[in-house]
Amino acid sequence: MTKPIVIDDATFDQTVLKSKTPVLVDFWAPWCQPCLMAAPVLEELAEEYAGKIIIAKLDVDQNAKTAAKYGIMSIPNLIIFKEGKPVSQIVGYKPKTELKRDLDAILA
Amino acid sequence: MNKEYEVIIIGGGPAGLSAGLYAARARLRSLLIEKGVVGGLVADAELVENYPGFPEGISGVELGQLMHQQATKYGLETLLAEATGLELHGEKKVVVTTKGKFTAKAVIIASGSERRKLGIPGEVEFTGKGVSYCATCDGPFFKGQPVAVVGGGNAAITEALHLVKFASRVKVIHRRNELRATRILEERALAEPKIEFLWNTTVEEIEGKDKVKRLSLRNVITGEKSTLDVAGVFVSVGLRPNTAFVKGSIPVDDAGYIATNEKMETEIPGIFAAGDVRRNSAQQSITAAGDGATAAIYAEKFVSR
Repeated sequence: MTKPIVIDDATFDQTVLKSKTPVLVDFWAPWCQPCLMAAPVLEELAEEYAGKIIIAKLDVDQNAKTAAKYGIMSIPNLIIFKEGKPVSQIVGYKPKTELKRDLDAILA
Repeated sequence: MNKEYEVIIIGGGPAGLSAGLYAARARLRSLLIEKGVVGGLVADAELVENYPGFPEGISGVELGQLMHQQATKYGLETLLAEATGLELHGEKKVVVTTKGKFTAKAVIIASGSERRKLGIPGEVEFTGKGVSYCATCDGPFFKGQPVAVVGGGNAAITEALHLVKFASRVKVIHRRNELRATRILEERALAEPKIEFLWNTTVEEIEGKDKVKRLSLRNVITGEKSTLDVAGVFVSVGLRPNTAFVKGSIPVDDAGYIATNEKMETEIPGIFAAGDVRRNSAQQSITAAGDGATAAIYAEKFVSR
């Protein structure tokens, strides 16, 4: 069972920017209700896309540096990184079908 | 997965979950279809203070999960998929979803509503860059900065009251000259020194460069234009029913709402509507729950007639 990985300011560069596999980073915070709603969907996606896309979670409350670097002003905020660069961004809670569409587009 | 049910409920907010509870306890083969996760719009609420039975309030997410747990306990099945259409072939109703077609004898439409957008220049461009639809999510990003809330109903005032914890000041921009919020919320907002009101005012444009910098405003009485410097703008201008998928199958009014009678029956026998999608709904979790229960009770009578 592949689960989302937890990343922070210290591990971001190594885990996300240097990853050979695309990484979806979920910028979230515990106070954000739609982020909590999105969590089980991201767990399913981690399983379904195992080996193809890494799902990572970054708590913006604990990791303000990375959140500021990517100009996060609204959460949930999902950014997909490919070869170290942000290639796609989804702001706000979106149903799973819509997220899958974006992930599939990255893999196509 | 089973493809044939006695009742299919579209939407997993308080209306759909209450319908599911009643339908399952009536021992109807019942399926609830939800496109996101259960809870619906109420899940955005940090604290629900007006759902009876929870004197200290309850988080919207928890309320939704508890309702789902309760209905599931009695046998309600849940499918995570988006309903995309409704096909009516006499007695047989077919719900088309992103995960295939499902048939039922009765359908309860409880697909709820989503937040309305302003539809002005800059809104889409700056979404996530200062334009927000959720103060509990994004308030902390605006610590010590000036923000605005657009709207004058319950949701807008709740947002403003939440934002005073973070922002330097909160301007509430409302197109009328009085609020449409519940009196207790209005009292709290008027007593809050950080909140100021701009009455009879609409936002014409959201301006900025990489993020929001200012709003262009217009007074609807005098026509006078002005600007307001803000770092964030929270849009809370009401709801829009999620009924696009039923258009052409059942009648909706100009605003997209579905008309029902007091039994939650629509014009089409066997098709019911409950909650926010219903014309003249009070759009509260508790009224939606009541609608859902009523719809399920009459759906049972319809199925077993």
